[in-house]
This record gives sequence, structure tokens and C-alpha cells, in this order.
Amino acid sequence: MRAVRWSARRQHELRGWVAAAWGALGVLAVLALWELYKFVGPPEGVVIGAVQGQAGTGVMILPRTHDRAMPHVWDMVARLFAPTSGGDTPPLWVSVAGAALVTLGIAAIGWLIGVIVGAALGLVMQRWQLLEWGLLPWIVVSQIVPLIAFAPVVNAIGNQIDRGGGTWPQWLSVAVIASYLAFFPVAIGMLRGLASPDRIHLDLMRSYAAGYWPTLVRLRLPAAVPQLLPALRLAAANAVLGAVVAEVSIGMRGGIGRMLIQLAGQASSDPAAPWGPTFGSIALGLIAAGSVALIGLGLANYRRGEAA
Amino acid sequence: MTHSPAGEPVEPQSPGAAPLPQAQGPSPAVRATGVSKVFATKTGDVAALSDVDLDVAAGEFVALIGPSGCGKSTLLRLIADLDQASAGTLEIFGKPAKRARADQDYGIAFQQAGLLPWRTVGANMALPLELHGTGKAERTARVAELAELVGLTEFVDRYPDQLSGGMQQRVAIARALAARPRLLLMDEPFGALDEMTRERLQTELTRIAAETAAAVVFVTHSIPEAVFLSDRVVVMSPRPGRITDVIEVGLGPDRSEALRESPEFFDLVTAVREALHGRSPVAEPVEASLRQAQGPGTRQGPGTRQGPVERS
Repeated sequence: MRAVRWSARRQHELRGWVAAAWGALGVLAVLALWELYKFVGPPEGVVIGAVQGQAGTGVMILPRTHDRAMPHVWDMVARLFAPTSGGDTPPLWVSVAGAALVTLGIAAIGWLIGVIVGAALGLVMQRWQLLEWGLLPWIVVSQIVPLIAFAPVVNAIGNQIDRGGGTWPQWLSVAVIASYLAFFPVAIGMLRGLASPDRIHLDLMRSYAAGYWPTLVRLRLPAAVPQLLPALRLAAANAVLGAVVAEVSIGMRGGIGRMLIQLAGQASSDPAAPWGPTFGSIALGLIAAGSVALIGLGLANYRRGEAA
Repeated sequence: MTHSPAGEPVEPQSPGAAPLPQAQGPSPAVRATGVSKVFATKTGDVAALSDVDLDVAAGEFVALIGPSGCGKSTLLRLIADLDQASAGTLEIFGKPAKRARADQDYGIAFQQAGLLPWRTVGANMALPLELHGTGKAERTARVAELAELVGLTEFVDRYPDQLSGGMQQRVAIARALAARPRLLLMDEPFGALDEMTRERLQTELTRIAAETAAAVVFVTHSIPEAVFLSDRVVVMSPRPGRITDVIEVGLGPDRSEALRESPEFFDLVTAVREALHGRSPVAEPVEASLRQAQGPGTRQGPGTRQGPVERS
């Protein structure tokens, strides 16, 4: 019995390593593909239907591969350690890390707002079927509204509040926009999770004459954990995405979105530079989703299946 | 409907596990008068129960038996106030069913154990107590008592997914008993278990019922199970669900393994089977005859209550 269990654990560990190896291989494959295409592709790309002597006509079916369009992977990495904007300025990675932290902080606040709003929506929709019918379509529609259209509206409202005597710093607009993307998976996960207990468990709680709140705390919320954890992780990734896009569209300084746009503007002279903040925002998303995964470790007991 | 006090089981035997002395007044544990239940479906109303009268005395063990669709589970759910009767009255210890549910007058167990997978065995047993504001020290003490009662003392800190089906069902029974109810409602609690585990749990249940002096309403579709466990077997029949016969078992309080092979037991099994088939000759003829065909050699003795079968 013991030997079998030990080998099962061993197998489990092994599987973890294999999964990690495949993940790393996937990243390497993307890098290799980049370099491969850069090597074999035509420097000016392939354009069909272009009118002779007229720039900007025709349809590009293969992208350009020269160094300004596609810098080498190692140039991107090397650029991270070069000064941000020449001279004595700190290395690029330091600036990227600083900007990423600013965005992470805003995204975290956005995530928190999104989780609170999403959880509240999930709760009331589960409690009152009528609200589910009324709210759910709007919640789904809300995610179709383009962020670029929505962001300036939030910013304008924020500015008005700020001018009207209230306090509304610009980062709060970014956080609210981030929460707009974050609340959706939480609301849906909460609704599905709270509705997930089996009939027998609900009967049981009824037989104990347990009202709504005891049933919520002792049955529905614990039963919702397996659905809530992925929702929280998705919300974290969404919050980062929302924060980056919101920074860009309302022009907030200091965050990684703004930095990305700034460096992309200088890409023709410094093509490797915008890749710094690009990697930074990827890392940001991973850190955000990973730290939410840590919450799952403390809730492992709520993910047990009842094996018959 | 005849109701005999002759089948009353013994007084509480073990003072430790016995409930506080209850006022065994004139009101029976369950009194159903003219109870009907109609379910509305797309194709029209379905009469699940029609004009059922039933009394269950305090401390009495009553089995409800009948083919699928005879309304035995429906009747149990009405007693538990999980559904409402369409007509008739239901009284639990002289109170309306709703009051009785609010007062926790009954404990209930279903075919599935229905344990909360994120709670330990002990925490599952304590759930009803927790919901009713019992203090922590008292809960711990009661859980220890219950675990002892169902023979799971060593497993209190385990999680349900680490237990066999039989053990899970024992936890469910302990949970049903947690608040010391005077009435235990059981809906085919052993239906999903293998035969050996099932017989062992039946023996345990007769002991537990005697120790706690609780009245039991036990839904089953197994004839030998109904006879082995109960003081009275209530035979039901479908379309519409109704009571067709009541058979006094009268095997006395001592339900040991030897009883399963006694001639009285077989006679009663035959009587119940004939009552069942009286109006629908094709209903479940196989099960009981299979059970009779089993030789004594294939059976587990009473001393193997926690045998290796359950731990595997």
C-alpha cells in the first residue's frame, strides 16, 4: 500500500516536470519560428497588387523581415540591459520593472473592485432568478463594448468628479476600466458555482431548517470554490489587460502601457526597445494569474471530489 | 389502518448513547391522515400518493416497500417537509410537518451519503449541530459519541473521498442522529451498497435504533431488508401510490444474523412478497428468491463488523 502510494506521488511529480518541459519547449518553438521566418522570409515581405511607384498600395501577405521590422530575439534581450534612452539612464529592464509594478498595483485594485462587484452580481443573480434573467444578458453585452470606446467615458466622468470638488486621480479611472473586464468571469463563475450543490445537499440543508445565509456559508460558497478559482485567475489576467489598454487610451503616465506606446513610436530607430515592455506585460499577466493561483493552495480541501 | 403497540422496541439499552427521557405522550411519531400528493407534469397531473393513512408509534421501526413509482419516497419527503402534501394532514409528534422540521424532530439519510466533500468525517457529523448553534465543546463530545456508535472513531479526521461507500453511509447515519432526533427518516440508505456491507449495516442499524429509541421510517425495495429491520412492513402499490397492506413482523427486538436463516424470517419474506404481488404479479420477483438461495457459507458473521472488506 505504502509503496504504491509513493510511486503514485513520484508519478505525479514526474508528470509535473514533463508538463513544465513541454511549456518551455513551446516558448522555445515560438522563438525558433520567429528566427526561422526572419531567416527565410524576404526582407521587404511579399505584397501583391501593388501599383508601381505608389507607396502603401497592395496587400501585404507576408510581413517584412528586416531588422527594423523583426529584430533578432537576442537583440531584444540585449536591449533590456542597455540604457533606457541612452546616456546615463537606467537599463531598460529597470524602467520596465518599475512601470510594470505601477500597472500591477492598479490592476490589483481593478481586480479587487471587479471581484467584489462580480461576486455581488453572482450572489444576487443566484438568489433571485428574476435578476438573473434581467441582468445576465446585460452582463454578457457589457463585454462586447470595446474598451477603447468605454475608457474615455470613464476618464471623462472621473475628470468631472475631480474638477467638481471630489478626488478622482487618473489611476482610479484605469482601475475602474480594469475592473470592467475583471468582473465578468467572477460574476459568471459565482453564479454557476453557487448553483452547483446537488439536490441532496440542498434537501439536507432544508431538513436542518437552515435559511438562506447558513446555506450560503456552509454549502453554496464552499461548493462554488472549484468554479471560482479559475474565474479569479481569469479576472486577474483580464485586469492586467484592461489596465494596460486603459493606460494607453486615456494617456496615463508611469505604467507599462504608456511605455509600450512611447517606445513603439521610436521603433524605427530603436526596433528592439518596444519588446522590453511587451515582455514586461506578459510577465505581469503571469505574475497576476500566478498569485491568484496561490489562493487555490489554501483552498485545496474545497476541491475534493466525493468519491463513492 | 391498524396500529399496534405490540411492535414497540425495547427501552434504551445503553444509558450513554440514549436520548433524554422523552415524554412519550399520546401523539405518535408520524400520523398521516388522508395524505395525497399530485405532481403537475407537462402531460397532466400525476397522482404520486392517494389517500394515505399511516401511524408510526414513537420508537417503532416501519419499513415502506413497493415497486418504483409507488410513492414511498414521496411519502418520506412529505413527512420530512421537503415537499408539501396536496391534500390531507401530516403530524409529526403532534405538530405540523413544517414545525417538526424547524424543531429538528427528525434526522434524515438518503440513498447517497451526501457528505460535504470539503469537511472531515467529524465535521460532517457535526454539521446539524453547528447549524443549530451547539457549542464547540459539546459538538466535539457528541461527534466522539456518534463516531463510536457507528464504529468510525479512527476515521473522524479523514475526508469522505478517503472512505468506502459503506463507511460514507455510516457517516450519513451518524449525521442524521447528531441532534438526537426521536424520528429517523431513511430513503433507501443501503440501496447503493454491496450485499455484504448492506447486511452488516442492517444489523448495525437495528442496534442503533434500539439504543437511541428513535422511531424509524425506512424506505426500501428489498423484501428481506424490510423484514429484517422493521416492526411493521407497509406495502405500497403504484398508479396511484397507496398503501395496500400492512404486515406485522413481530420478530422481537433481537435482530441477529441468525434471524436471517430462521423459518419465521422466510415466512415473513414470503408474506411480504405475496402482499407485494397481490395486485401486480410481475413486480420484483427475483430479488427475494436470490437472497433465499444464498447458502450460509457466503454470509459474513456478526463479528466482522469492521472487516477488511470496507477498508479496501
